[in-house]
Amino acid sequence: MTIAAALFVVGFYVGFILAPTDAQQGDAYRIIYVHVPAAWMSMVIYVVMAGWAGLGWAFNTRLSSMMATALAPTGAMFTFLALWTGALWGKPTWGAWWVWDARLTSELILLFLYIGFMALQASIDDARRADKAGALLALVGVINVPVIYFSVKWWNTLHQGASISLTTAPSMVTIMLLGMLIMALAFWAYAIGVTFMRVRCIILEREKNADWVKTYLERK
Amino acid sequence: MNNWLEMGGYGLYVWGSMSVVLACAVIELISLRLRMKAITGKRQTNHP
Repeated sequence: MTIAAALFVVGFYVGFILAPTDAQQGDAYRIIYVHVPAAWMSMVIYVVMAGWAGLGWAFNTRLSSMMATALAPTGAMFTFLALWTGALWGKPTWGAWWVWDARLTSELILLFLYIGFMALQASIDDARRADKAGALLALVGVINVPVIYFSVKWWNTLHQGASISLTTAPSMVTIMLLGMLIMALAFWAYAIGVTFMRVRCIILEREKNADWVKTYLERK
Repeated sequence: MNNWLEMGGYGLYVWGSMSVVLACAVIELISLRLRMKAITGKRQTNHP
Protein backbone atom coordinates (compact mmCIF):
# COMPACT_ATOMS: atom_id res chain seq x y z
CA MET A 1 0.00 0.00 0.00
CA THR A 2 2.88 2.35 0.77
CA ILE A 3 4.33 1.58 -2.65
CA ALA A 4 0.97 2.30 -4.29
CA ALA A 5 0.62 5.61 -2.43
CA ALA A 6 4.17 6.68 -3.29
CA LEU A 7 3.72 5.80 -6.97
CA PHE A 8 0.42 7.65 -6.98
CA VAL A 9 2.05 10.80 -5.62
CA VAL A 10 4.87 10.61 -8.19
CA GLY A 11 2.43 9.86 -11.02
CA PHE A 12 0.23 12.75 -9.91
CA TYR A 13 3.22 15.08 -9.83
CA VAL A 14 4.37 14.08 -13.31
CA GLY A 15 0.85 14.15 -14.74
CA PHE A 16 -0.51 17.29 -13.10
CA ILE A 17 2.55 19.48 -12.54
CA LEU A 18 5.23 18.51 -15.06
CA ALA A 19 3.13 17.47 -18.06
CA PRO A 20 1.91 20.36 -20.23
CA THR A 21 -1.65 21.14 -21.26
CA ASP A 22 -2.85 19.27 -24.33
CA ALA A 23 -3.12 21.36 -27.50
CA GLN A 24 -6.53 20.01 -28.51
CA GLN A 25 -8.25 18.99 -25.30
CA GLY A 26 -6.82 21.50 -22.86
CA ASP A 27 -6.52 20.22 -19.32
CA ALA A 28 -9.46 17.83 -19.67
CA TYR A 29 -7.02 15.28 -21.08
CA ARG A 30 -5.53 14.89 -17.59
CA ILE A 31 -8.34 12.50 -16.80
CA ILE A 32 -6.27 10.04 -18.84
CA TYR A 33 -3.96 9.56 -15.85
CA VAL A 34 -6.66 7.70 -13.97
CA HIS A 35 -8.99 6.63 -16.78
CA VAL A 36 -6.60 4.48 -18.78
CA PRO A 37 -4.94 2.75 -15.78
CA ALA A 38 -8.39 2.02 -14.31
CA ALA A 39 -9.59 0.57 -17.62
CA TRP A 40 -6.45 -1.56 -17.94
CA MET A 41 -6.87 -2.87 -14.41
CA SER A 42 -10.54 -3.67 -14.99
CA MET A 43 -9.57 -6.00 -17.84
CA VAL A 44 -6.40 -7.44 -16.31
CA ILE A 45 -8.14 -8.24 -13.03
CA TYR A 46 -10.97 -9.97 -14.88
CA VAL A 47 -8.56 -12.24 -16.76
CA VAL A 48 -6.60 -13.02 -13.58
CA MET A 49 -9.84 -13.63 -11.69
CA ALA A 50 -11.13 -16.01 -14.36
CA GLY A 51 -7.74 -17.75 -14.35
CA TRP A 52 -7.80 -18.34 -10.58
CA ALA A 53 -11.46 -19.37 -10.71
CA GLY A 54 -10.68 -21.85 -13.50
CA LEU A 55 -7.70 -23.28 -11.60
CA GLY A 56 -9.79 -23.69 -8.48
CA TRP A 57 -12.48 -25.44 -10.46
CA ALA A 58 -10.15 -27.74 -12.43
CA PHE A 59 -7.80 -28.75 -9.62
CA ASN A 60 -10.07 -28.29 -6.61
CA THR A 61 -7.64 -25.88 -4.99
CA ARG A 62 -9.68 -23.82 -2.57
CA LEU A 63 -7.15 -21.03 -2.29
CA SER A 64 -7.31 -20.35 -6.05
CA SER A 65 -11.05 -19.89 -5.82
CA MET A 66 -10.64 -17.61 -2.83
CA MET A 67 -8.24 -15.47 -4.87
CA ALA A 68 -10.91 -15.16 -7.58
CA THR A 69 -13.49 -14.12 -4.99
CA ALA A 70 -11.04 -11.61 -3.51
CA LEU A 71 -10.31 -10.02 -6.90
CA ALA A 72 -13.91 -9.44 -7.99
CA PRO A 73 -14.85 -6.37 -5.88
CA THR A 74 -11.61 -4.56 -6.76
CA GLY A 75 -12.12 -5.40 -10.44
CA ALA A 76 -15.66 -4.10 -10.28
CA MET A 77 -14.43 -0.93 -8.60
CA PHE A 78 -11.89 -0.28 -11.36
CA THR A 79 -14.54 -0.96 -14.02
CA PHE A 80 -16.84 1.54 -12.35
CA LEU A 81 -13.99 4.05 -12.17
CA ALA A 82 -13.15 3.56 -15.86
CA LEU A 83 -16.78 4.27 -16.73
CA TRP A 84 -17.10 7.16 -14.30
CA THR A 85 -13.92 8.93 -15.39
CA GLY A 86 -14.83 8.13 -18.99
CA ALA A 87 -18.18 9.89 -18.57
CA LEU A 88 -16.47 12.92 -17.06
CA TRP A 89 -14.05 12.93 -19.97
CA GLY A 90 -16.73 12.32 -22.59
CA LYS A 91 -18.86 15.28 -21.55
CA PRO A 92 -16.28 18.02 -22.29
CA THR A 93 -14.71 16.32 -25.34
CA TRP A 94 -17.61 14.53 -27.05
CA GLY A 95 -20.44 16.54 -25.57
CA ALA A 96 -22.11 13.52 -23.99
CA TRP A 97 -21.74 11.66 -20.70
CA TRP A 98 -22.58 8.40 -22.38
CA VAL A 99 -22.95 7.00 -25.88
CA TRP A 100 -23.81 3.42 -26.85
CA ASP A 101 -20.43 2.97 -28.42
CA ALA A 102 -18.88 -0.50 -28.68
CA ARG A 103 -16.05 0.28 -26.25
CA LEU A 104 -18.32 1.81 -23.63
CA THR A 105 -21.00 -0.83 -23.95
CA SER A 106 -18.57 -3.74 -23.66
CA GLU A 107 -16.98 -2.12 -20.60
CA LEU A 108 -20.44 -1.78 -19.08
CA ILE A 109 -21.01 -5.49 -19.74
CA LEU A 110 -17.75 -6.15 -17.88
CA LEU A 111 -19.19 -4.33 -14.87
CA PHE A 112 -22.31 -6.50 -15.05
CA LEU A 113 -20.14 -9.62 -15.28
CA TYR A 114 -18.30 -8.63 -12.11
CA ILE A 115 -21.56 -7.84 -10.33
CA GLY A 116 -23.08 -11.09 -11.61
CA PHE A 117 -20.06 -13.06 -10.37
CA MET A 118 -20.29 -11.52 -6.90
CA ALA A 119 -24.07 -11.85 -6.69
CA LEU A 120 -23.98 -15.47 -7.83
CA GLN A 121 -21.35 -16.39 -5.27
CA ALA A 122 -23.19 -14.54 -2.53
CA SER A 123 -26.43 -16.34 -3.34
CA ILE A 124 -24.99 -19.84 -2.83
CA ASP A 125 -24.49 -20.88 0.77
CA ASP A 126 -22.06 -23.72 0.13
CA ALA A 127 -18.67 -22.05 -0.50
CA ARG A 128 -17.30 -24.71 -2.85
CA ARG A 129 -20.45 -24.77 -4.95
CA ALA A 130 -20.36 -20.99 -5.09
CA ASP A 131 -16.74 -21.18 -6.28
CA LYS A 132 -17.65 -23.55 -9.10
CA ALA A 133 -20.70 -21.63 -10.26
CA GLY A 134 -18.69 -18.41 -10.16
CA ALA A 135 -15.88 -20.04 -12.13
CA LEU A 136 -18.26 -21.01 -14.92
CA LEU A 137 -19.58 -17.46 -15.15
CA ALA A 138 -16.10 -15.94 -14.99
CA LEU A 139 -14.73 -18.23 -17.70
CA VAL A 140 -17.64 -17.66 -20.08
CA GLY A 141 -17.38 -13.91 -19.46
CA VAL A 142 -13.69 -13.80 -20.35
CA ILE A 143 -14.70 -13.61 -24.02
CA ASN A 144 -15.78 -10.05 -23.30
CA VAL A 145 -12.23 -8.88 -22.53
CA PRO A 146 -10.81 -9.16 -26.08
CA VAL A 147 -14.09 -7.68 -27.30
CA ILE A 148 -13.44 -4.60 -25.13
CA TYR A 149 -9.82 -4.40 -26.17
CA PHE A 150 -10.38 -4.74 -29.91
CA SER A 151 -13.74 -2.96 -29.99
CA VAL A 152 -12.07 0.24 -31.19
CA LYS A 153 -10.62 -1.66 -34.16
CA TRP A 154 -13.53 -3.90 -35.05
CA TRP A 155 -16.21 -1.24 -35.00
CA ASN A 156 -16.33 2.42 -35.86
CA THR A 157 -16.30 3.80 -32.37
CA LEU A 158 -16.43 7.29 -31.01
CA HIS A 159 -13.88 6.15 -28.47
CA GLN A 160 -10.35 6.66 -29.71
CA GLY A 161 -8.01 3.79 -30.58
CA ALA A 162 -5.34 2.41 -28.28
CA SER A 163 -2.76 4.99 -27.19
CA ILE A 164 -0.21 2.35 -26.34
CA SER A 165 0.55 -0.78 -28.30
CA LEU A 166 3.32 -3.34 -28.17
CA THR A 167 3.96 -3.17 -31.89
CA THR A 168 3.98 0.54 -32.66
CA ALA A 169 5.43 3.64 -31.08
CA PRO A 170 3.06 5.27 -28.59
CA SER A 171 1.03 8.19 -29.92
CA MET A 172 1.73 10.29 -26.83
CA VAL A 173 4.35 12.73 -25.65
CA THR A 174 6.94 11.06 -23.41
CA ILE A 175 6.15 13.05 -20.27
CA MET A 176 2.40 12.33 -20.53
CA LEU A 177 3.14 8.70 -21.22
CA LEU A 178 5.47 8.54 -18.24
CA GLY A 179 2.85 10.00 -15.91
CA MET A 180 0.28 7.52 -17.12
CA LEU A 181 2.60 4.54 -16.77
CA ILE A 182 3.58 5.52 -13.21
CA MET A 183 -0.12 5.83 -12.37
CA ALA A 184 -0.70 2.40 -13.91
CA LEU A 185 2.02 0.98 -11.66
CA ALA A 186 0.38 2.64 -8.66
CA PHE A 187 -2.94 1.01 -9.58
CA TRP A 188 -1.21 -2.36 -9.97
CA ALA A 189 0.39 -2.06 -6.54
CA TYR A 190 -2.93 -0.98 -5.05
CA ALA A 191 -4.81 -3.88 -6.64
CA ILE A 192 -2.26 -6.44 -5.46
CA GLY A 193 -2.19 -5.03 -1.92
CA VAL A 194 -5.94 -4.81 -1.57
CA THR A 195 -6.50 -8.28 -3.03
CA PHE A 196 -4.12 -9.83 -0.51
CA MET A 197 -5.89 -7.97 2.29
CA ARG A 198 -9.22 -9.31 1.14
CA VAL A 199 -8.04 -12.86 0.54
CA ARG A 200 -6.70 -12.95 4.11
CA CYS A 201 -10.16 -12.03 5.36
CA ILE A 202 -11.78 -14.68 3.15
CA ILE A 203 -9.35 -17.40 4.28
CA LEU A 204 -9.90 -16.60 7.95
CA GLU A 205 -13.68 -16.44 7.52
CA ARG A 206 -13.99 -19.65 5.58
CA GLU A 207 -11.53 -21.69 7.59
CA LYS A 208 -12.69 -20.36 10.94
CA ASN A 209 -13.29 -23.87 12.23
CA ALA A 210 -9.80 -25.06 11.33
CA ASP A 211 -7.40 -25.50 14.24
CA TRP A 212 -4.69 -23.32 12.72
CA VAL A 213 -7.07 -20.39 12.34
CA LYS A 214 -8.18 -20.72 15.96
CA THR A 215 -4.62 -20.73 17.25
CA TYR A 216 -3.67 -17.93 14.86
CA LEU A 217 -6.53 -15.70 16.00
CA GLU A 218 -5.93 -16.44 19.68
CA ARG A 219 -2.35 -15.37 19.34
CA LYS A 220 -3.35 -12.06 17.70
CA MET B 1 -2.61 27.82 -7.78
CA ASN B 2 -6.19 28.88 -8.52
CA ASN B 3 -5.43 28.71 -12.21
CA TRP B 4 -4.11 25.22 -11.76
CA LEU B 5 -7.20 24.14 -9.81
CA GLU B 6 -9.45 25.47 -12.55
CA MET B 7 -7.76 23.19 -15.09
CA GLY B 8 -8.57 25.56 -17.93
CA GLY B 9 -12.27 25.40 -17.16
CA TYR B 10 -12.28 21.61 -16.91
CA GLY B 11 -11.71 21.54 -13.15
CA LEU B 12 -15.05 19.93 -12.36
CA TYR B 13 -14.38 17.05 -14.75
CA VAL B 14 -10.75 16.52 -13.82
CA TRP B 15 -11.22 16.77 -10.05
CA GLY B 16 -14.52 14.93 -10.28
CA SER B 17 -12.55 12.01 -11.70
CA MET B 18 -9.62 12.19 -9.31
CA SER B 19 -11.72 12.58 -6.18
CA VAL B 20 -13.96 9.61 -6.95
CA VAL B 21 -10.90 7.43 -7.65
CA LEU B 22 -9.39 8.38 -4.30
CA ALA B 23 -12.71 8.06 -2.48
CA CYS B 24 -13.25 4.54 -3.84
CA ALA B 25 -9.76 3.49 -2.76
CA VAL B 26 -10.19 4.94 0.74
CA ILE B 27 -13.63 3.35 1.19
CA GLU B 28 -12.30 -0.04 0.04
CA LEU B 29 -9.33 0.15 2.42
CA ILE B 30 -11.47 1.17 5.39
CA SER B 31 -14.05 -1.54 4.74
CA LEU B 32 -11.32 -4.18 4.52
CA ARG B 33 -9.77 -2.96 7.75
CA LEU B 34 -13.18 -3.16 9.46
CA ARG B 35 -13.72 -6.65 8.03
CA MET B 36 -10.40 -7.82 9.43
CA LYS B 37 -11.19 -6.22 12.76
CA ALA B 38 -14.51 -8.06 12.87
CA ILE B 39 -12.72 -11.37 12.30
CA THR B 40 -10.01 -10.90 14.89
CA GLY B 41 -12.40 -9.25 17.37
CA LYS B 42 -15.13 -11.91 17.24
CA ARG B 43 -12.77 -14.68 18.26
CA GLN B 44 -11.68 -12.96 21.38
CA THR B 45 -15.24 -12.57 22.66
CA ASN B 46 -15.89 -16.27 22.05
CA HIS B 47 -12.93 -17.17 24.22
CA PRO B 48 -13.06 -15.08 27.34
